[in-house]
Amino acid sequence: MTNPTLEKKADTNRPSRPILNVSGLNVFYGESHILRNVDMSIRTGEMVCLIGRNGVGKTTLLKTIMGLLKPRSGSLQLFEQDIVKKSPDQRARMGIGYVPQGREVIPRVTVRENLLLGLEARPKGITKRNEIPDEIFELFPVLRTMLHRMGGDLSGGQQQQLAIARALMGKPQLLVLDEPTEGIQPSIILEIEAAVKGIIANTGISVLLVEQHLHFVRQADRYYAMQKGGIVASGDTQDLSQEVIQKFLAV
Amino acid sequence: MVDFIVQLLIGAFNGISIGSVLLISALGLAIVFGLMGVINLAHGELMMLGAYTTFFVQNIFNALGDPWAQVYTIAAIPAAFLVAALVGLILERGVIRFLYGRPLETLLATWGVSLILRQLVRTTISARNVDVTAPAWLRGGLQIPTGNIPIQLPYARMFIIVLTIACVVGVYFFLNASSWGLRIRSVTQNREMSACLGIPTATVDALTFAIGSGLAGIAGCAITLLGSVGPNTGQNYIIDTFMVVVVGGVGNLFGSIVSAMVIGIVTYLIGSGTFAVLLSPMDSMQPVVAFFEFFASSSMAKVMVFALIIGFLQIKPAGIFPQKGRTAEL
Repeated sequence: MTNPTLEKKADTNRPSRPILNVSGLNVFYGESHILRNVDMSIRTGEMVCLIGRNGVGKTTLLKTIMGLLKPRSGSLQLFEQDIVKKSPDQRARMGIGYVPQGREVIPRVTVRENLLLGLEARPKGITKRNEIPDEIFELFPVLRTMLHRMGGDLSGGQQQQLAIARALMGKPQLLVLDEPTEGIQPSIILEIEAAVKGIIANTGISVLLVEQHLHFVRQADRYYAMQKGGIVASGDTQDLSQEVIQKFLAV
Repeated sequence: MVDFIVQLLIGAFNGISIGSVLLISALGLAIVFGLMGVINLAHGELMMLGAYTTFFVQNIFNALGDPWAQVYTIAAIPAAFLVAALVGLILERGVIRFLYGRPLETLLATWGVSLILRQLVRTTISARNVDVTAPAWLRGGLQIPTGNIPIQLPYARMFIIVLTIACVVGVYFFLNASSWGLRIRSVTQNREMSACLGIPTATVDALTFAIGSGLAGIAGCAITLLGSVGPNTGQNYIIDTFMVVVVGGVGNLFGSIVSAMVIGIVTYLIGSGTFAVLLSPMDSMQPVVAFFEFFASSSMAKVMVFALIIGFLQIKPAGIFPQKGRTAEL
């Protein structure tokens, strides 16, 4: 088996190898068919945005990729390895960093501990003498002053930054962001957007983003548009027409 | 006046002593039920296994002769912890992990496990109670010279108080200062997200349950100092332990500590007839004095404490320290 980390460094500049490959994915909640034959792929170093109105299955797709939901059929490959049977914690350790909708900061542990928990995706996990690397505070300076506050006491925007920082602590290959700007004040949206761009520029990781904000969507390389549980359009974000935007973005 | 202070000290000592027994037996449950939300009716049987482990360790050390026979208690504590933790681990891996999120099934299944463990002890060891004799240094008590009433603080009781403090401090540092403690806190607060961060949740569940069970084992070791040990020993404690955790507020270890101490002291004050003695000089209070005298025995005190707890839970259903805000839903 090849080591994805080593190989990635060799071709950071050339987005070619698929990091994630989804094909023919069908997911049900009980008897209701939520995802219908979803195909999607993300290449190394690429930022892909998933758009679509509320309730079309975007979050369901991310949860299935993360392993929180089991598909009824179809395949999921990470680094050309089948991951359908792997548990969420195994997938996280394989290199997926997940920032869920609603942020899901652990409420009654401190901000510092929340960040340390992100290390669990690395081979060694949390160890006695862990420090929070400076890069994290360069991306999100606000966290430095809040290290000893409880995660649940932060404001929504701060929690969002914490959730992204926590995912980065695990040095993921693929960062999955579910509506990182939902319900957050505009000034912080721009900060988060800048941080995500900075992360991509500095680390060359791939990003899968679910987003409603057009400005943020345009930062992505490619988009997939969903409707009624299926992918109905895809292409480069440069070519996003006014028509597609009006059809798939709730703005 | 001196008499009054002496009485107060004796009262405090006895109350804290009863509270310590409650707390040490409830501490494991505070983790298993409080943090993990597992209703483990076999918790008392894990204590019973810890007590039997102490009995066997005693027999082995007695066979070795005198210097050893005096220190068996020290060896019995880790042994009881390990035996109960191992049984707890088997219980979690074999039964409980299939029932997470299904409290009624968990309740029935662990009740079944409790019956099996009791019968197992009856058939393999004996249905009769066995006696654990405290080593010489735990017999007797500290004499406190006072004017007219000689008082004695039993060493065994003091030992249980010290052991309880050690367990509470140990649990506190394990949960708050170790990496496994952080993993446990994370998983108990948000299981899905913890898994998404790469925390091996199944391992954390098994470890948490094993530690809670091991603490029940240590409690079992402690209660051998209070009386003989039999297959039904655990049954004497199971109600009390759940009571402590519920009154303290499920999910709050500090709440369990406060609740155990309050229940312990109130039980002692009612059981010893202190209220009756205090009120007896007042003529108008005679009916109340009679009322408290009626409850001044350990079994009747329990009845009254139960009634008080039921009343208390009507006012504060979530216990002394209820979970607040967003966290409450978890």
